[in-house]
Amino acid sequence: MEEVEKILETRELNVSMGPQHPATHGVLRLILDLDGERIVKVTPHVGYLHRGIEKLGESLNYFQALPLTDRLDYVSAMSNNIGYCVAVEKLLGIEAPKRAKFIRTIVGEMSRIANHLLWLATHALDIGAMTVFLYCFRDREWILELYEEVCGARLTVTYPRIGGVRNDISQQFIDSLSKFLDEFPSRILEYETLIDQNRIWLQRTIGIGVLTAEEAVSWGLTGPTLRGSGVPYDVRKNAPYDAYDQVEFEVPIGSEGDVYDRYRCRMHEFHQSIKIIRQCIEKLPPGPVMADEAKFTFPPKDAMFPVTHPTKQHAFYIQEKPCKGCGMCRRACPVGAITGEKKKPHKINQDICLVCGNCYATCKFKALFLVPGGHGLSEEEMQKILESPIPDDVANASKLFLDHFTYVKKGPVAPKGELYVATEVPKGELGFYFVSDGTGKPFRMRLRSPSFIHAGALPRLCVGHLVADVIANIGTIDIVLGECDR
Amino acid sequence: MAVVEIRINPRQGMQPNEIAEKIKQEFPEQVIDEGIVEFRDQVSVIIKRDMLFNICKYLHDEATLSFDHLKDLCGVDYLNKKEVRFEVVYTLYSIRHHHMIRLRAEVPESDPKIQSVTQIWAGADWHERECFDMFGITFSGHPDMRRILMPNDWEGYPLRKDYPLKGPEFENDWKGFTQMVERSKELREFEWEG
Repeated sequence: MEEVEKILETRELNVSMGPQHPATHGVLRLILDLDGERIVKVTPHVGYLHRGIEKLGESLNYFQALPLTDRLDYVSAMSNNIGYCVAVEKLLGIEAPKRAKFIRTIVGEMSRIANHLLWLATHALDIGAMTVFLYCFRDREWILELYEEVCGARLTVTYPRIGGVRNDISQQFIDSLSKFLDEFPSRILEYETLIDQNRIWLQRTIGIGVLTAEEAVSWGLTGPTLRGSGVPYDVRKNAPYDAYDQVEFEVPIGSEGDVYDRYRCRMHEFHQSIKIIRQCIEKLPPGPVMADEAKFTFPPKDAMFPVTHPTKQHAFYIQEKPCKGCGMCRRACPVGAITGEKKKPHKINQDICLVCGNCYATCKFKALFLVPGGHGLSEEEMQKILESPIPDDVANASKLFLDHFTYVKKGPVAPKGELYVATEVPKGELGFYFVSDGTGKPFRMRLRSPSFIHAGALPRLCVGHLVADVIANIGTIDIVLGECDR
Repeated sequence: MAVVEIRINPRQGMQPNEIAEKIKQEFPEQVIDEGIVEFRDQVSVIIKRDMLFNICKYLHDEATLSFDHLKDLCGVDYLNKKEVRFEVVYTLYSIRHHHMIRLRAEVPESDPKIQSVTQIWAGADWHERECFDMFGITFSGHPDMRRILMPNDWEGYPLRKDYPLKGPEFENDWKGFTQMVERSKELREFEWEG
């Protein structure tokens, strides 16, 4: 017997669930230390998708950094943008108009449905239920088509903007959305029929990855991952933003803290999202969709039309008396159409001039004028037009043109200070911590992403379980590596 | 297995100003002069790093404060803007009482070390690793201090203000990348010219 025991030698096995793996939802590498089939230790390695969004954010102004946030959690694109816009609006001290808030709530809840559909699809697929995957993607496709109707893009939308949303929604969109909402509850019933009471599903999810409420809070979890353990915390209720304080909805809370409870929480969130969208559509107020703050938002394109549309045949003209000859316009001109010596009044060569407006925006002495309909006229005729009153829409358009120019050049100038604002994205709580030093670019832009923290809790969830439970745990914490690595 | 749907109607806990005053009362020398900063209804308390662990333990254990949720832990580099170069910012929230406070602990450039708070909040683990990775601030008492987002043998700390946006020059670039480029030049020998 002793010889047999000497031959049988056991040791721990080290398996690398490498970065390319169909069940890890992105490039996540897990090093599993196994004792047979039981897990002794899990070491996650992340950073394969690190793109330096925080560093890039420091070199772009607030408006330019908005498309970067699309790429964070690419599964639910609208919610990242909403999170960013809510944070920057609070920093700048502006508020989006009511209609924009309701629209943002609608698209935010749509993205919650889209995210949970993809979560369910991949979670079920990894555990083995392949039909659910195809059914969920069929419905997610419907939502992506609705996104395309609203803003033209399916994945990286950039639809919510600082100060509101990009464009208004049409009645056609509302009708298609209502049709979706009428049809969707029966689809949810389909998924539930497939897995909810299925013996294999129950065996693979009940009792796996259990976290008590104190542990879950201590690990910094948020969203359905936290609520599955019985902790009543939801940013939409605790610190409401957008239109969440004007709609009624409930937040599902689990009790056991295992994979099954979190699954049920997310399934209930489907129904709550449908309820919220229905109420928003009913209560949608008329009005503008972009805040009317010249320094912090883009001016409306229609009002700038008289100045920027090329067929209006405008011309720029430098009046001799106010011109000090400082040469700023000469340097700003991209084609070199302005000539003149220092301290002497400058002149624009109308043949070369592109009517781009760079000179108009840089003149500080009010010597440069926009002559409406002045293309091809001589100097005296232009002077005559300038002396007669300029039509209102052109005067307004020139002012907006200047605003636009400064806004694009400098970005929205934020006051000095620091701010932490959080929103409830489908995966948890997305927090933005801005440190502003008084310029148009953030001094420090910190993204607190839920996936990063949930992936950090993975070692705690998996210890003591079997290898197959690692897959169930990755699915239940609902990570996406784009958000985890930024 | 029960899923209970409840309506959350949180009462607001203490005001941020009161919390800041309480910290100042309890640890008077740790809060620097003019260390209570308010902006848009949020209050930060700027503290020295010496007794950070004690302050955090106090905030976590004290019954009326009870900051059980660490929302965010990050570093900020104030190169040439402030005397003390780095700051580690702790955003704390209390789920029981629904109030929030922010602590900013100053870390000098000459000795970038600070105590770790993983004993109090387990979720600080990966946050501190990221702070080390991006700024070079080491956390004493952390179970596993190594890089998390950058490759393990990366040189330099990317989020510092003096680190270039485009990364290092090609000659000084990460070994893994330069090795791969040289290897691809060698393999070009086998390229199909047809």
